[in-house]
Amino acid sequence: MPVPIEPVGFYTDTTVCIGCKACEVACKEWNQLPSTNGGVNTLSGDSYDNTRALDGIHWRHVKFIEQFTEDRKDGRWLLMSDVCKHCVNAPCLEVCPTGAIVRTEFDSVVIQSDACNGCRDCIAACPFGVIEVNPASGTAQKCTLCYDRLQGGLEPACSKACPTQSIQFGTIKELKGRAEKRVEQLQQMGEKRAYLYGADEKMLGGLNSFYLLVDKPEVYGLPPDPKMPTRNLASASWFSAFGAVLIGLMGVINFRNRSARENGQEQRP
Amino acid sequence: MNTALSSTFFSAPPEWGWLIVWYFFFGGLAGGCYFIAVLIDLFGRPEDRVLARLGYYISLPSLVISAILLTLDLTRPLRFWHMLIESNTYQIMFKIWSPMSVGSWALFIFGIFSLLAFLSALAEDGQLQRPAAKSLRPPGALGSIIAAIGGLFGFFVAGYTGVLLAVTNRPIWSDTPLLGMLFVVSAASISAALMILLAHKSGRTTPGLNALHRLDSWVVALEFVVLIAVMISLGPVFRAWLSAWGLLLLLGVIGLGMLFPLALHWRKEWLGNSNSTAAALSVLAGGFILRMVIVFSAQGV
Repeated sequence: MPVPIEPVGFYTDTTVCIGCKACEVACKEWNQLPSTNGGVNTLSGDSYDNTRALDGIHWRHVKFIEQFTEDRKDGRWLLMSDVCKHCVNAPCLEVCPTGAIVRTEFDSVVIQSDACNGCRDCIAACPFGVIEVNPASGTAQKCTLCYDRLQGGLEPACSKACPTQSIQFGTIKELKGRAEKRVEQLQQMGEKRAYLYGADEKMLGGLNSFYLLVDKPEVYGLPPDPKMPTRNLASASWFSAFGAVLIGLMGVINFRNRSARENGQEQRP
Repeated sequence: MNTALSSTFFSAPPEWGWLIVWYFFFGGLAGGCYFIAVLIDLFGRPEDRVLARLGYYISLPSLVISAILLTLDLTRPLRFWHMLIESNTYQIMFKIWSPMSVGSWALFIFGIFSLLAFLSALAEDGQLQRPAAKSLRPPGALGSIIAAIGGLFGFFVAGYTGVLLAVTNRPIWSDTPLLGMLFVVSAASISAALMILLAHKSGRTTPGLNALHRLDSWVVALEFVVLIAVMISLGPVFRAWLSAWGLLLLLGVIGLGMLFPLALHWRKEWLGNSNSTAAALSVLAGGFILRMVIVFSAQGV
């Protein structure tokens, strides 16, 4: 019997991210992800963020959020390295019809590229907009939490490369303890807005990649209340069945009544 | 984009495009025509069997087109069989809580029923010299069982796509539980419309055609009610339809696809001989635009 491994993941302290994008580069290098548009990229015009979004060839994305007053005398940068949340209850894994998306022994969520057929249901299911099709493989792809490195006893490339320890890798239990202490420290220092996003079980059973934020989730482009896709399954199914019953009744009434009426008409001289 | 609306606004569009719009349309026709044909077979008169045969003749080709469209939409089309068989273990791949998984199986199984009914219709028309095939349709016991089970699968194929959209995290799709119901009802309306249209073209004007006309009007009226219910159930997310898509929904679906054919049914003298053809065409156009608006509007926000 395999030895149970404790769940591992990321704790990202956004307050110490400096936007260097070393995580993006390390991820691209280790996972051999292709460049955008054959390397001929255009500037987004959106701050220093030319990566733009997580997708099939960007499994890490450093977000640059500028919060400045109209006269630009006061302001701050919010920086956040975004990644797959490796949800404990993962919407993508839930809907995947091919079994390509699996939960690993590390409690991470991995898309097996050789099994994925590109139906893209997982893309619509992920509440964080993490997954996209990688044009090189033609399959849906996202962060694997460096599954191959974990198997070899190494930590993921991005957290290894992070120079400020904004991205920290470890067991979820240990990371939560560390994150809670950091929130406490920030609160004591006067940063009352500091809180953890996705660290507890209320959000999709817990996010194995959770964040320390200092503003509302929406400001960082994160959903305030992500839910499982199957929340609608029972109600949508019952309503569909109800629709089918109504159509069936309408059909029976129309074809039966007509028979009776027209039979009656035929009997007339 | 108003990000305060719903947590569904943070997901990414799956880029389901025209192939899926057409699939929703042909899938609706495949399921809808089959179950209308079953209703005629089970509850209609013997002389209406020619009309039921027409339904079966539409169902199978529509289903074949559906399967082709779905396969082509995959970014790895040759792996279409991964939906049914787990590719690493060669075990059955089935997830009862994933509408796409259940739908794949339903399409496969419904294909068998649709094929049986198609062959039976051919035999009854004398196009297939296999008298035994006639027993695959009512009124016999075997035929009735096939029709009843196949009809249920027909309903499923027509409606599961709406449930599939609801079981995501995209805005609009997952913000209402009523899309499956809307698709079931719409499948019935477009199927009745196409059967009416082809019955006129092929001279299959049996007495049952009047009942089919009336059924289509009832169903279009029901579809109107369900669409309004969808809009109400969206709550604040309805604002996503205050756009060009909403206008198309209003003019193309409600105006052209629902109110116009209902008016034609009410005022039969308006277009004379072309009345029923115009009504059927407008219902079909409305059904297509409905699917187009639902597929694209949720991906553009």
